[in-house]
Amino acid sequence: MLEKYRDKKVANNILREIFQEAKEIGDEIRLMDVCGTHEDTITRYGIRSLLPKNVKILAGPGCPVCITPVEDIVMMMEIMRREKERMILTTFGDMYRIPTPKGSFADLRSEGYDVRIVYSIYDSYKLALKNKDKIVVHFSPGFETTTAPTAGMLWEALERGVKNFRIYSVHRLTPPAVEYLLRMGTKLDGLITPGHVSTIIGVVGWEHLTEKYGIPQVISGFEPVDVLLSILMLLRMLKDEKAAIENEYTRAVRYEGNTEAQKKIKDIFEVVDAKWRALGVIENSGYKIREKYEEYEIRSYYDIEIPSLPDLERGCRCGEVLRGLILPYECPLFGRVCTPRTPVGPCMVSYEGTCQIFYKYGSLYG
Amino acid sequence: MCLAIPGKVVKIEGNVAIVDYGGIRREARIDFIKDLKVGDYVIVHTGFAIEKLDEKAAMKSIEAWEEIMNLEDGLLEE
Ligand code: SF4
Repeated sequence: MLEKYRDKKVANNILREIFQEAKEIGDEIRLMDVCGTHEDTITRYGIRSLLPKNVKILAGPGCPVCITPVEDIVMMMEIMRREKERMILTTFGDMYRIPTPKGSFADLRSEGYDVRIVYSIYDSYKLALKNKDKIVVHFSPGFETTTAPTAGMLWEALERGVKNFRIYSVHRLTPPAVEYLLRMGTKLDGLITPGHVSTIIGVVGWEHLTEKYGIPQVISGFEPVDVLLSILMLLRMLKDEKAAIENEYTRAVRYEGNTEAQKKIKDIFEVVDAKWRALGVIENSGYKIREKYEEYEIRSYYDIEIPSLPDLERGCRCGEVLRGLILPYECPLFGRVCTPRTPVGPCMVSYEGTCQIFYKYGSLYG
Repeated sequence: MCLAIPGKVVKIEGNVAIVDYGGIRREARIDFIKDLKVGDYVIVHTGFAIEKLDEKAAMKSIEAWEEIMNLEDGLLEE
């Protein structure tokens, strides 16, 4: 069904149109993606190097694992140390390895604690059903696309009265982060809007950004042709001086989004101000479990103060990478000191991190 | 973590479906998808189906673009 979206001829046709539009516009055009999977497509297929000189693609904060605060990781480690063998901790593979000044979950495991990598919060939930004598905690990062599964799983835990399952919510919302960048002065002409977040929040979840900041957006799929088409659609809007939000990913994104998922998220979570590693506190950007369900939030059982810690090692420019101010090869440590095997910052650890994506596809960025 | 991929539903049991990704089969929760049928395509993210893939929309959208581009090429050549 998706062959056409990988078809070279189709891609070439679109590229030709892109060149035409870019030439007519003339000025430099700065577009941004804010999703690790978009960045993966763009870098894997060398899309930057194919584009006209005056079309630049910046990479924004598309990596939920990268922006998870150091203090939360350290707090979770502290909780685990208190509970010892009474607790099983689960999280995703890249979260497991994210470094902090006090080590990572991987280090915790090498100290002998029961830390497991899961593919889904469902695996974690099943673990709780199987190990009734233990507390199973899922350290739960992710944007709306991952918050929905968490809400769904907690809902089932609630309905079935599963008492030994908890989460540590570090879920975040994406539109407030884009708004933050716009307010902080990252210069943007158009947004390649994340397709999978949009399956949940819909076109409607992004409209306010275009209304308020006059920025054109195209909700984009993840095949190379999707991304090229989205770039073309953005250029056409820019040429016509039109600021609207268009949907390229109609095969998956509805105007209203997935209302079923939205309802579950709203039932379980409230929206609060939250910190983003290397970016700071962003207004209304975090999902916190509502008070009436706080028995499912592991933090509510402890009174632990974690002093604030440095977000990044000295020299790591992950903050600028996340803001779209620089691309990874502008960091002097990139590829020399900092590689996926010897990562200095979180952007090199996660496979959604811009630094790791650039490293992996090496020569293809242009 | 965010790599949501489309797969084909081969079996449904309550809130769980078996989804086939070109030969590899895995469980996926389908709590958020109404009226799912065997044979439908879904986009699965961290073990949860987040949306049904609309095949017709997929074909229609790309064909519409091809048409626009051919039309423009035709105009240019004239
Ligand atoms: S290359 Fe490494 S040190 Fe440099 S910004 Fe990226 S993660 Fe940080």
